[in-house]
Amino acid sequence: MSLWVDKYRPKDLQKLDFHKEQAANLKRLIQQGDFPHLLMFGPSGAGKKTRIMCLLKELYGPGVERLRMEQMNFTTPSNKKLEIMTISSNYHIEVNPSDVGIYDRVVIMDLIKNVAQSQQLDSKGQKDFKIVVLTDVDQMTIDAQHALRRTMEKYIANCRLILCCNSTSRVIPAIKSRCLNIKVPAPSTDEIVSILQNTCKKEGLTVPVELAKRIAEKSNRNLRRSLLMLEACKVQQYPFTANQNITEPDWSLFIRNMAKLIIQEQSLERISKIREDLYELIVHDIPGDIIFEVLVDELTQNCDFELKLQIVEQAAIYEHRMRQGNKEIFHLEAFVVKFMCLYKKYLEDALGNSM
Amino acid sequence: MQAFLKSDIVDQGEVVTVLDQCIKGADLPNLLFYGPPGTGKTSIILAASHQLFGDMYKERILELNASDERGIQVIRDKIKSFAQLRAGGTRPDGKPCPPFKIVILDEADSMTQAAQAALRRTMEKETKTTRFCLICNYVSRIIEPLTSRCTKFRFRPLNADLIAFISDEEKLLVDDDILKELVKTSGGDMRRAITCLHSCSRLRGKDTPITKKDITEIAGVIPEKFLCEFLEICKENDYKKLKSFINKFTLEAYSGLQMLEQLNDYIIESDEFNNKQKAIIGEKLGAVTFRLQDGASESLQLLDLGCVVMTSYAA
Repeated sequence: MSLWVDKYRPKDLQKLDFHKEQAANLKRLIQQGDFPHLLMFGPSGAGKKTRIMCLLKELYGPGVERLRMEQMNFTTPSNKKLEIMTISSNYHIEVNPSDVGIYDRVVIMDLIKNVAQSQQLDSKGQKDFKIVVLTDVDQMTIDAQHALRRTMEKYIANCRLILCCNSTSRVIPAIKSRCLNIKVPAPSTDEIVSILQNTCKKEGLTVPVELAKRIAEKSNRNLRRSLLMLEACKVQQYPFTANQNITEPDWSLFIRNMAKLIIQEQSLERISKIREDLYELIVHDIPGDIIFEVLVDELTQNCDFELKLQIVEQAAIYEHRMRQGNKEIFHLEAFVVKFMCLYKKYLEDALGNSM
Repeated sequence: MQAFLKSDIVDQGEVVTVLDQCIKGADLPNLLFYGPPGTGKTSIILAASHQLFGDMYKERILELNASDERGIQVIRDKIKSFAQLRAGGTRPDGKPCPPFKIVILDEADSMTQAAQAALRRTMEKETKTTRFCLICNYVSRIIEPLTSRCTKFRFRPLNADLIAFISDEEKLLVDDDILKELVKTSGGDMRRAITCLHSCSRLRGKDTPITKKDITEIAGVIPEKFLCEFLEICKENDYKKLKSFINKFTLEAYSGLQMLEQLNDYIIESDEFNNKQKAIIGEKLGAVTFRLQDGASESLQLLDLGCVVMTSYAA
């Protein structure tokens, strides 16, 4: 049995539930037989990947759904062996270059050249170009992005790229100017509610509007998470009630708890306790930027305005450093300690004033 | 996209004159082209070398860009051995052609310092047979000894005529006003403007006129109402509202970098702030942009900026 998220994923451009005008535009684009490189961007759970798969299907027919996983091997100039998983069909190949960390440039160079230089053999009724789908382009190193530039132009005759990312801030302008940028905003709350209801109908269930609405809001307008939450709710309790408990991911509870501990007491012992917690989070593969975001959210909740500004400023600095470095723990911890300093000073000042 | 790229060069007067001279038989210096993306640097040198060498193009040109391995090893082996080859003064069909080869190093600013240093001597020693053409966006990333060996050409952002020419040629239904808007949004990057126009016509179909909304949508320009809302919220000094605005903003999938750019233009021209406030905000804008490009999280950085704008409103 597959999850609802996969089971009810639309497979056709016409069947998409939201951004219909955009879907129609894409369809028109494809029917002309030729299209530029695409850059899809939008928050997670907005349906970027679904749209890409629909596009491919529209382009090549149902053949693209026969997928196979393949392990590709590359060697860096310094003779280090790299392995990367690719998902491919006869017509396209999908890679996440940032899987290999700082060696992504090698993957880009080799893979795209390989794909691009080989012509499509089976020409009957097929397009004369292949598609390379690159995901998480914003996580790629700048070097790798530079490597894409000329390749994109040179091999345009037999290869098209579809790039997929969350934010275009990290994509270099040279790439942006070579692609058709397609913005995929998150679905609105109402759209999510109607999708949740439709899904339930197909499953033979009913869901109260209030519950659907709460799920949509809780998931931060992330469709994938909404569906998962709905399914989790169903496992917990069915028939649904409007005010039933929606399980939140435990990491978010965990971080919130941590924030409480930080505010309660500022001492060395507390810091070492927090360190353990942070390690716990990192071991469970919670990305650092999410930890930062939730932490800042929680910590700023009961401070006055002046202090908030300072916290945000510091958070922005430490978060940036975390990106530059490669050990997240240092920067998370540094931020926690910094917060403690600020908070303690603020408390002492407040005490001093009142006396 | 490539179908749109006309090989005849329209702009960049002096560069074309110099290359013209050289094609007529005068000698070619080592070249260094620099300028913002999409101003035709690569196009010009490619067009020129096609004209120079015709059919022998493949033998006489070595084109390396950032997608090729360009470490110090490649400079030592590949470029050196290519540079050492002699080049004859006639084509196979007997016509004269210049007795040198060209090495085009595209995106030279992404070459390492060491690799650039390795080029120095090669460049001088092989002047008899080889010319180098370095292409880059930022001339400051090329080491001094290399720049002093080349004739430098700065490429200006292209003007709007080209776009009008293309839209005429392709018989698109576009108003002049909209073309102006297009040039404005792309900030002189011709490739971006052309891609944008091309995409619009593809998305809309040939027979529907292109509207201003299409252009802004495809170019990813943020509607002014978002900017105003941002400043309005900062004025109110409400942290919670700012937070939820930024959340909404990211969900709408607008790019933070674009927001910063537009905010910069807006703030510089607005009368709402005095010079001191502008300076404070400007400094923060710089820091935040830098961090964003480095890969920091969009929402935190925007929040930081918002807080600074708030304090400068309050001051």
